[in-house]
Amino acid sequence: MENKVKRNLPDDLMTKMNLKPFESVEIGNPEVKRVAPKVQVTTGESKVVDSLEDVIKKTLKDGMTISFHHHFRNGDFAFNKVMNLIIKMGYQNLTLAPSSLTGVMNDTVIEAIKKGVITNITSSGMRGSLGDFVSHGGLKNPVVFRSHGNRARSIEEGEIKIDVAFLGVPNADPAGNANGQEGDAVFGSLGYALIDAQFADKVVLLTDNIVDYPNTPASIKQTQVDYVVKVDQIGDADKIGSGATRFTKDPKELKIAQTVNQVITNSPYYKQGFSFQTGSGGAALAVTRYLRESMLKDGIKASFALGGITKPTTDLLEEGLVKKIMDVQDFDKGAAASMAQNKNQQEIDASWYADPHNKGAVVNNLDVAILSALQIDTNFNVNVMTGSDGVIRGAIGGHQDAAAAKMTIITAPLVRGRNATVVPEVETVVTPGDSIDVLVTERGVAINPRRKDLIAAFAKVPELNIVDIKELQEMAQKQVGTPKPIEYTDRVVALVQYRDGTIIDTIKQVKD
Amino acid sequence: MEIKTVGVAGTLESSDIQIMISAGQNGIEVDLDSEVAKSYGDQIKKVITETLNKFGITNAKVKATDKGALDCVIAARTLAAAQRATETNDEPRLEVLQ
Repeated sequence: MENKVKRNLPDDLMTKMNLKPFESVEIGNPEVKRVAPKVQVTTGESKVVDSLEDVIKKTLKDGMTISFHHHFRNGDFAFNKVMNLIIKMGYQNLTLAPSSLTGVMNDTVIEAIKKGVITNITSSGMRGSLGDFVSHGGLKNPVVFRSHGNRARSIEEGEIKIDVAFLGVPNADPAGNANGQEGDAVFGSLGYALIDAQFADKVVLLTDNIVDYPNTPASIKQTQVDYVVKVDQIGDADKIGSGATRFTKDPKELKIAQTVNQVITNSPYYKQGFSFQTGSGGAALAVTRYLRESMLKDGIKASFALGGITKPTTDLLEEGLVKKIMDVQDFDKGAAASMAQNKNQQEIDASWYADPHNKGAVVNNLDVAILSALQIDTNFNVNVMTGSDGVIRGAIGGHQDAAAAKMTIITAPLVRGRNATVVPEVETVVTPGDSIDVLVTERGVAINPRRKDLIAAFAKVPELNIVDIKELQEMAQKQVGTPKPIEYTDRVVALVQYRDGTIIDTIKQVKD
Repeated sequence: MEIKTVGVAGTLESSDIQIMISAGQNGIEVDLDSEVAKSYGDQIKKVITETLNKFGITNAKVKATDKGALDCVIAARTLAAAQRATETNDEPRLEVLQ
């Protein structure tokens, strides 16, 4: 069957897994039902245990679903500690349902797949050796990729049933009250993990820092926690802030950032009390700098900044240019440290952030979202999942969710090396073009023809070089040539869900 | 044209290609290492071969380490390496790039 973004979905798999094809970016007003976890009642004494192995033995059975969060990013010690034991103990047929998978987890996941310990995965994304392994057919069952908002929805509605959540935290009291803000390995917001703590049948905290009761602020609460396991070291503070976050000197990215700022400040949304989300890409970070200058000059203040938060954004909070930060995740040390000091930096869980099946999520109140892309096609469909060689090397993150903003801007260089970024057709559709409004490249700005209001508004801005997205695509092709199409087998290695759980695309095994 | 020595041109920087040319007997043999080999491997080999043929080399071993170079860069680096290999670099033959 073909879905609304013209992707052919294999009928047998769709029927077998009871999946629905993607229809529309409009969520509508469906009535949904949420599930509740099983609770083993205790008075809360003696949750602290030394033996992780004993806890695993008590809580885990073959075939269960386990979860982790990725707030420690590449400084994570919790995942490998737990998974290596699970592998050693000989468990089989587990479903791995973390909020995402970072590079430091790759080798362990591959080993667990090879030994039959993990047979199903759902994640926001995967990169490096694991993406390569899955793209070459290493896992029998297709991986299910979900956005952060969709993961929250799926857990709330029981599509992902977490049996045991193993959650690393930089502090916890003996009853399980914990936050991400104090200790040796702080990461700030616990946004993604809060859903696991709320909905998993068993919640196991791992920490190297047991503090006096009662521990506040309690992001994870004692009411949710079954065990607190004491470990030597829960994470490497120096590696938490690494990964996607970097500050650019690239003139191309700076030019893009400057243009994005012109787009924002000339849009109808740029007024007292507007709101925005920037990602962690090089250009996105630089946008915050330019936007600051404009806001100071124009005397404009934002009501809130949303999302994955970086230091440039918390600087705006301290300067009073942003009134509140709605914080689901912190990308660097500065942003993480700021949460402990600023009461206006509000920790939000993934559901509050972005779950589409909600009584309103923060993304629904968002004016401007700035997002990146590996590829964008002439229908404005965006790929953040597979490289131009067809191999998995990305994550949906909050991409589909933040695109619910009133104006969604994609930033991308026209080409990266010899790979065109603006293409006739993306390898994998992740975020549908219907939710994308503006594309900013260093060679021009393209506006989705759907947005006649923005076309009219930007026509009056001489600094903006407005071009048809097809022109940008042709410019890119002229520069790099026409690539040979990537060859895939018929085997589906991953399903990409839209935020409402429908299937927007599949990823096939690459031929070598 | 006679290949007298090993000619090298280009760097391993992003968007560049390093070309190393040495004597050979079996036509133009290109050993290509490129991240975009799947999409552009044939095209890269074609540009190298055509540039060498135009220059007057029909037998050579070429080691090409590509970092996403565009065709114009590939041709220019190939020509520079060929002129160094034939020790003719005091007379640049830019018409080969036309």
